[in-house]
Amino acid sequence: MTSITDAPQNPLRFDARSRRTPAGRAIRWLRANLFASVTSSIISVLLIALLAKAFISLVQWGYWNAIWIVSGNQTGPCRSIRGFGACWAVIPEKYRFILFGTYPFNEQWRPALVCLTFIALFWVSSRRNWWRKELVLVWAAALVLIGVLMWGGVFGLSYVPQDRWGGLPVTLILATFGLAFGFPLGIVVALGRHSKLPAIRSLCVLYVELIRGVPLISLLFMASVMFPLFLPDGVNIDKLLRAQIAFVLYAGAYLAEVIRGGLQAIPRGQHDAADALGLTYWKKNGLIILPQAIRHVIPPLVNTFIAFFKDTSLVLIIGIFDLLTTAKTSIIDPAWQQFSVEVYVFVGLIYFVFCFAMSRYSRQLEAQSRPG
Amino acid sequence: MRLRPNRQQVNGLVWQIVVVAIAVAIIGWLWSNALHNLSVRRISTGFAFLGREAGMPIADTWLAYSPRDPYVRAFIVGIVNTLRVAVIGIVLATVLGTLIGIARLSSNWLLSRLAAVYVEVLRDVPLLLQLLFWYVLMQGLPAARAAWKPIEGVFLSNRGLVLPAIPLEGANLWVIATAAAGLGALYLLRRQLVARQMADGIARPLWPYALALLVGLPALVSFGLGASWTITLPELRGFNFVGGLTLAPEYFALLIALVTYTSAFIAEIVRSGIQAVPRGQWDAANALGLRRIFVLQRIVLPQALRVIIPPMTSQYLNLTKNSSLAVAVAYQDVVSIANTTLNQTGQAIEAIALIMAVFLTISLGISLLMNWYNARIALVER
Repeated sequence: MTSITDAPQNPLRFDARSRRTPAGRAIRWLRANLFASVTSSIISVLLIALLAKAFISLVQWGYWNAIWIVSGNQTGPCRSIRGFGACWAVIPEKYRFILFGTYPFNEQWRPALVCLTFIALFWVSSRRNWWRKELVLVWAAALVLIGVLMWGGVFGLSYVPQDRWGGLPVTLILATFGLAFGFPLGIVVALGRHSKLPAIRSLCVLYVELIRGVPLISLLFMASVMFPLFLPDGVNIDKLLRAQIAFVLYAGAYLAEVIRGGLQAIPRGQHDAADALGLTYWKKNGLIILPQAIRHVIPPLVNTFIAFFKDTSLVLIIGIFDLLTTAKTSIIDPAWQQFSVEVYVFVGLIYFVFCFAMSRYSRQLEAQSRPG
Repeated sequence: MRLRPNRQQVNGLVWQIVVVAIAVAIIGWLWSNALHNLSVRRISTGFAFLGREAGMPIADTWLAYSPRDPYVRAFIVGIVNTLRVAVIGIVLATVLGTLIGIARLSSNWLLSRLAAVYVEVLRDVPLLLQLLFWYVLMQGLPAARAAWKPIEGVFLSNRGLVLPAIPLEGANLWVIATAAAGLGALYLLRRQLVARQMADGIARPLWPYALALLVGLPALVSFGLGASWTITLPELRGFNFVGGLTLAPEYFALLIALVTYTSAFIAEIVRSGIQAVPRGQWDAANALGLRRIFVLQRIVLPQALRVIIPPMTSQYLNLTKNSSLAVAVAYQDVVSIANTTLNQTGQAIEAIALIMAVFLTISLGISLLMNWYNARIALVER
């Protein structure tokens, strides 16, 4: 990899004498990386000062002056240190509501198990050597298990209606189902946009451009107020399902564009060869073109997944209880009202862990797929 | 035999007919349901409602507006509010993102690490969460009486950011218009001077013209029209500030969130653009003994721009679309106003259609502008 960071600016870098002792190595490293020139030294000193100041005030706020636990709802001490120290006591007090919303308290092991199932599912799907047909069965089994756990009503589990779901499972459900259905939709649309048939092509272009041209929240508004208008009398789809449909349409349009990029990267000769073998359209695409096209665009696909995962938080605006909504709701309680920063940091960390894991994974795939 | 269409063509035709028929059937079914539901709920269709009195208050606007104005006026105010966030946000995010992208490539280890951390953290946390976070921080600021005063005349409080400002009216606007026209003339002049230098190799200075067009002429106009350039410093009177320019907390939070979030993505685009410039260019410039800043400005960035512009365009579009999150902090952009309208009148289809029309127009405008720019900086192949 070439980058301008490793420009050999310092001739000392190849000096063999100072390489011998660890201290010498440290000094060499410092000179090469922090004090290579006057400008660089000034920047380093300023940054170190700034970092030290930021670090100290952060530690003061988040650790030294922080309150970790209070009994009952006695937030008086917390309020007195407001601005000087964090009140982490809000997390042990509210974490179950933030993570699982209004799901019945005694049954919360079920959504917890659902979250673990999701994580296991993601982990299994990320292993390259496990990308086989059986994976589809694993997904189907996992999704059934998730449905059983969330709804209950069978195997002695009590029934929990959908409007009591909330928190992390809802975020994971919206994201996973959005992708699970959006992905095939995206493939079909990408193929349609790549096809030679004018009517099909224009329909696909229209769909993609309309969805991508407007903000996601207008799609969500549409799902929450307009869907009911478009359905026949008496048919009433649940709010979560309506949002889920909006997400599938949204994911489909964005994924279609990524996959189209992959389709464009396939050389003409591949199509010709498949045609010469007399393969049908679906066989040609399913066996030859698509596998190559998707392999080309795995890193941007993962990046789209990350963006999509974050975007599920927008359901807050139409009042669905995902992770961010439960976080925001958890601090309506007057006793805890002033400690939203702490709650947002906590929830931000959860989102960060998921997204950072995905972005690391994408980086790793990119490195593996680079030629040579 | 040859004249008969082959099997593939027939297949294609059949497929198209089937797909179009399905699409038409679905849309028709949805449409008839909608018409039925609308008539049951006694909602009239059409845009006639735009002329009715809106009755919704809009707090933060640049245009004169009162709740007694019609919906159409409210929509225009909303569009201006959206543009106000989007345009300023795009400019600031570009500047910040470029700086951070360059910092990520710095040979200073600390600077490049810090830039990397900035990018990772901001990219991996949902924008809405960041927006709420900034908004909560804004609300947690001291009250107007105890406002922070980082510099004389600048106040940061839970009323927002208050800055000193020059009131723009009458004569001042003319002076600014003169300066803008001067800038345009200067641009044309520069092209001509460069062309003449190309022809005979003699360099001609531009600065006298610049001085005359950008300083002299506006100064004359200012003097002639008697424009006043006194800066009004905001003052605290009673519970609020008087004078100066106030950025409301909602607007300020939205702007910070959009700018920092988008700048992380722009930084990555700038970094990859710079890295796409071949190593040899740096080596050649170093061999000539050129300074790093000069190399970056005059040699690397112009080439990197060709890689940067297309993905940058989509970031600009994203920022504009993301400005619709305004509704979460009660800043009234066009989406928020459409949503209120929709709840007041029940005109869901029309309100959503208006949102779509506005955003498609803005997107188209940004795309056209960026494509024009892209064509200008594209490599001229001979």
